[in-house]
Amino acid sequence: MTLHQMPAEDAKPAYNYAYLDEQTKRMIRRALLKAVAVPGYQVPFGSREMPLARGWGTGGIQITAAIIGPADTLKVIDQGADDTTNAVSIRKFFERTANARTSEATEEATIIQTRHRIPEAPLKPGQVMVYQVPMPEPLRRLEPREAETRKMHAWAEYGLMQVKLYEDIARYGEITKTYDYPVLVNDRYVMAPSPIPKFDNPKMHMSPSLQLFGAGREKRIYALPPYTSVKSLDFEDHPFRIQSWSQPCGLCGAADSYLDEVVIDDRGGRMFVCSDSHYCETRRAQGHRGTMLGDAAASGLVQPSSPHPEEAAGAAVSKDDPVVSGASTSILRDAPDGAPQDEGSREQRM
Amino acid sequence: MTAQDMISPGFSDPVFQSQAAFRALLAALSEPGTGQRVAAEIAPPEGLASATATALLTLADYETPVWLPAALRDGAAGAWLRFHCGATLVDDPAEAAFAVIDGAADAPKLSAFNPGTDQFPDRSTTVIVQVAGLEGGAAFTLSGPGVPGNRRIAPQGLRPGFTAELRENGALYPLGVDVVLTHGDGLIGLPRSTRIGEAR
Repeated sequence: MTLHQMPAEDAKPAYNYAYLDEQTKRMIRRALLKAVAVPGYQVPFGSREMPLARGWGTGGIQITAAIIGPADTLKVIDQGADDTTNAVSIRKFFERTANARTSEATEEATIIQTRHRIPEAPLKPGQVMVYQVPMPEPLRRLEPREAETRKMHAWAEYGLMQVKLYEDIARYGEITKTYDYPVLVNDRYVMAPSPIPKFDNPKMHMSPSLQLFGAGREKRIYALPPYTSVKSLDFEDHPFRIQSWSQPCGLCGAADSYLDEVVIDDRGGRMFVCSDSHYCETRRAQGHRGTMLGDAAASGLVQPSSPHPEEAAGAAVSKDDPVVSGASTSILRDAPDGAPQDEGSREQRM
Repeated sequence: MTAQDMISPGFSDPVFQSQAAFRALLAALSEPGTGQRVAAEIAPPEGLASATATALLTLADYETPVWLPAALRDGAAGAWLRFHCGATLVDDPAEAAFAVIDGAADAPKLSAFNPGTDQFPDRSTTVIVQVAGLEGGAAFTLSGPGVPGNRRIAPQGLRPGFTAELRENGALYPLGVDVVLTHGDGLIGLPRSTRIGEAR
């Protein structure tokens, strides 16, 4: 086996800090500064080849690589979860190339790279959200030519988008877009918020944190400075609404979070659980109990993990909720492909 | 060799010093009016404030033409920029990606720089305005993206009519130049999206 020499366990490749070379970082940094100066405008940038396929968050990774430093704590989520493939890989990437301090706690993080969700915990000033964006152009499905969409943005010619939303109402009685719901930024640019559920759109409006968007394949960067007006497009007689659910989270009982539908058997059994895994775990550690936590543990959907004794000891457990052994649990599930799930949700006026 | 020909050093640790300086610039332009500091300990060439020199080291390279006042361009600052950044020094303000001006000098006006085009507003000049102080001067208010409510700044040593120039620049939105005020190692961002209120 002399042909295949295995590198030593601790051998690290001699990359620059955070993988990108300094010239590339300067280019991305210049694009970021122009992006925050013109909120919602898509700045073209020279997206680089990354050691993972386009479409796996290369835009977000390049932004994170250009901004991260030794003082930062990085959190990475994929559809709200810290423990799914994409999130784990990206976290490891920055642990390896930037020696980054990582955390799953939203409040500890200074940089939160996300695929398709905004955490439930309120964001704070000084935090930076980095979104992975597959399709930065909100008008692309209406007008395939870049030269034309560029003119439409230049002249704020957004009638086509309003017509599209109107046609939804005419045909289905409501606007059917449930994720990547277009927004108007600073009363000027129509922007794709990345495929977050429209449930998260209101969190963007006047957010105290800086929000950066990177589309690696489409080679665009755009941004929302803190305290920027972000309005979901709607009509006076058909105001914007977010999803709501008929039942709270089955594990932690939260009624205010975005829920994923999880099929639990092949006989039609299903449950709704928080998409934000850290939020759900935090609530369970505080003693909140959902109605299906016992069933979920019994059917192997939830795995008891090492409890946090100091939190569990002080946690108040409500009497009418079933209590399972193990104060803290973590749910096992796979990252769903494509858009966030909406089935089982119904519309409710904001 | 005269003192003017001597080129002072740039970053001692380019990766981390430029990262820290960039975060200060990002904070400055995303939260207009907040005072930010660049901590990099560099010896700037004559005529450039520490924050100006650090910003240029962080952002300028062979892709970004830089405009400097003639005195700086022909002096130590020009040689320093060419050496450390490899940046082209241009004569026409409208060609510049970055420019350094003296806040008290009469020319060039902000309108002399490139405001970008309607389809590519990002191709505008970033103008670094060196001022005599970031506080203690005539106050005016800011509002717009990055500013919850209003914010008040009072930079010193700006030429008469500079706030009017900022207002004209803001009226071009989404076109317009982005301004960074620097003094010592401090800086304040005034992107084109910021609305300039009346002096108070």
